[in-house]
Amino acid sequence: MKERVTLDLSKLPLHGMGTASVTWWGTLAFMLIEGTGFVLVLAVYLYLMSLAAIWPIDAPKPDLLPGTLVTLILLASLVPNVLMSRWAEQQDLRKIRIGMVVMSLFGVAPLIVRIFEFPALGISWDANAYGSIVWTLLGLHTTHIMTDLVDTLVLAALMLTRHGNNARRFGDVQDNAMYWNFVVATWLPIYGCIYWIPRL
Amino acid sequence: MKANITGPDTRDTDLERSQLRAELAETWKTPRGLWGALATVDHKIIGRRYILTAFVFLALGGILAALMRIQLAQPEERLIGPDRYNQIFTMHGANMMFLFAVPVMEAMAVYLVPLMVGTRNIAFPRLNAFSYWIYLAGGALLWLSFALDMAPDVGWFAYVPLSGPQYGAGKRADIWAQMITFTELSALAVAVELVVTIFKQRAPGMTLDRIPVFVWAMLVTAFLVIMAMPAIMVASTSLILDRLVGTHFYNPAEGGDVLLWQHLFWFFGHPEVYIIFLPAAGMVSTMIEPFARRPAFGYLALVMALIATGILSFGLWVHHMFVAGLPRLGNSFFTASSMAIAIPAGIQIFCWLGTLWDGKPLFATPLLFIIGFIVTFVIGGLTGVMVASVPFDTQVHDTYFVVAHFHYVLIGGAVFPLLGAVHYWFPKITGRMMSETLGKWSFWLIFIGFNLTFFPMHILGLQGMPRRIYTYQPDMPWHGMNLFVSLSAIILVAGFLLFFLNAIRSARSGAAARDNPWDAPTLEWATASPPPSYNFARIPAVSSSHPLWNRSDILAVASGLRTDRRELVVTSLVTAEPQAREASPRNSIWPLWAAIATTVMLIWSIFSPWAVVWGSIPIAITLIGWFWPKGTPEDES
Repeated sequence: MKERVTLDLSKLPLHGMGTASVTWWGTLAFMLIEGTGFVLVLAVYLYLMSLAAIWPIDAPKPDLLPGTLVTLILLASLVPNVLMSRWAEQQDLRKIRIGMVVMSLFGVAPLIVRIFEFPALGISWDANAYGSIVWTLLGLHTTHIMTDLVDTLVLAALMLTRHGNNARRFGDVQDNAMYWNFVVATWLPIYGCIYWIPRL
Repeated sequence: MKANITGPDTRDTDLERSQLRAELAETWKTPRGLWGALATVDHKIIGRRYILTAFVFLALGGILAALMRIQLAQPEERLIGPDRYNQIFTMHGANMMFLFAVPVMEAMAVYLVPLMVGTRNIAFPRLNAFSYWIYLAGGALLWLSFALDMAPDVGWFAYVPLSGPQYGAGKRADIWAQMITFTELSALAVAVELVVTIFKQRAPGMTLDRIPVFVWAMLVTAFLVIMAMPAIMVASTSLILDRLVGTHFYNPAEGGDVLLWQHLFWFFGHPEVYIIFLPAAGMVSTMIEPFARRPAFGYLALVMALIATGILSFGLWVHHMFVAGLPRLGNSFFTASSMAIAIPAGIQIFCWLGTLWDGKPLFATPLLFIIGFIVTFVIGGLTGVMVASVPFDTQVHDTYFVVAHFHYVLIGGAVFPLLGAVHYWFPKITGRMMSETLGKWSFWLIFIGFNLTFFPMHILGLQGMPRRIYTYQPDMPWHGMNLFVSLSAIILVAGFLLFFLNAIRSARSGAAARDNPWDAPTLEWATASPPPSYNFARIPAVSSSHPLWNRSDILAVASGLRTDRRELVVTSLVTAEPQAREASPRNSIWPLWAAIATTVMLIWSIFSPWAVVWGSIPIAITLIGWFWPKGTPEDES
């Protein structure tokens, strides 16, 4: 088939940022998958609750302190996270390097509190269905914090190398920040579910 | 921002045709040899592997079906014992749904969608390689367990409490659950790739209303996968937790609930049917154009019907649970929604009939399969409307009527279009035509054999023959009909054998295919058969919904891409305006290592929960190796 050139693309940038980036869309798609998973596990919680005569089943109401502390840490982490996303947009490598270290610490902090949060549920996963579902909710969210922490640590290391000064990396930083927002946002309904629904 | 471009200008604007092709071939090539084969990220090579593997699983599942038909041919048959029979029907269902039907549709899309939207590779090509290895490992897990006489024996939907810790002793149910994890992981990965490819990598000018209907169908399907498959992963994971670490999700004695399983399973399981059917419907809408020799009637209606089906498919799951004792109001609602989904299906059928009516039909093998599909699928749809009604469903639940119904919609609704699609796209994939004579023979054998095999099952069901029984007594009135069904299955098997024979023979020595042997209008026919590694030497510039039917001798294209790095065009979501010359990743062995690490972790976790802790470490290492920049031109920005 004969070809006729009707369009010149040579002036286009070598990489797109934001909605022009395929990884941005990929991250969004994975958020949709995991978000659906969270919604379903929350639905299982409500379903089991609707069947139970008393809720929580044979357990005290979960202790508020560690969970609330995690919530506050996660909410506070949004400030440096949003700032870092902005620095990535401005492609300010020096600030991004500092921001990545700060965000790594904000990834570790909730995990330390989580060590105390599991016992604060006041029930084991194998005691009954209530124990199973609250451990699953908390475990699922903890997995998300851990995976994003590993991602943040690797990206932080990468930003400190010669590979850091690259628009592609700045896009990765933005996607990573977007994913952390997702991790925080999904925690709020889970927090409400685990700690406040039994107190209604 | 640092500009990384140094050295000479490597854009393709002034290159001669032959030099352009030589440079692109060097940049996009998959090296020969084992290492090249293991490290490739070419969507065509991976798509071909995916399709072949899925058809191997189809053949294996077909052998199981044949074994069941031999066993049921007469009463008190002693060929297969009850335990092995349980494994066989479980394997048949799980294999056909999870290892054949869903993967083969995604596999066709992995091969075709990038070509049809005019790009050079699928989005996230390394994830694509990873997904194939994971799929292969999941299939191997299931079939090796069958070879070891420890295959799942709890039905393809693994209802609790049968599959729970109390009744499902051994590791059989765990193997089922982990096979789910493998196949859903690979399906989800491909879904993400397809969504991003269709959203962002369409050729400049391919606005939303110019996307081929098959590509629309795959977009809707990918969203169904994304929204439905998490449900089965939640279900299978919680089942493993119940079995391995003593949680009580499905234990009524401790506040759990067995119906919870059915809700989770069918919240996935019903959309699953449309995950299989919608790609087939898209294939029909796309294939019908060259054979009716006119554009498909009602493009907007066809696309809207796909989307409507996708949305409605999430509101039907309870119709699988009509006999579970749910509230009357719930049953009524789900009866209504189940009947409502017949409307978008009907709209599509009338559009196809309209296309043929107004066209000049060319009765080649693909069109025969389309017509066979319409006939068979309408029958399956009618019995679908019948079982959507609670009183009727209560009568035929768990009988062969249901077996007949879902084989009509799955084989008639999905396998017939798929076989047509194989005949249709075979020249593009292999560069050779399939034999028309053998194709027509195989169509008629399959069509007649299928109807003779499965139609009597409606009657057997109405006569009360239950599903999943390994034998029946001579005083039951089912003997003659079962023998008839088993004999008819021989015709069906002969048809499939002929199809495989035709495919193998044609791949070796079929007539050479031109670039566009069917005179079709979509972009995959604008490149060579088979396409070169880079798909298009210059990316097409689209200005209509049937780019090859405008001025069939001249194709408008774009220039200005680099040839020294893997480069493709990213365009805007709605209007497909060019936004960037984006890099596409090079070949890499890391996806294979990551898949091996994931496989070890998932199989180990059947036996110990600590596998998740220790097994995650190698996965993390392989993922870091995968994503760490290698200083190639693709990393430039």
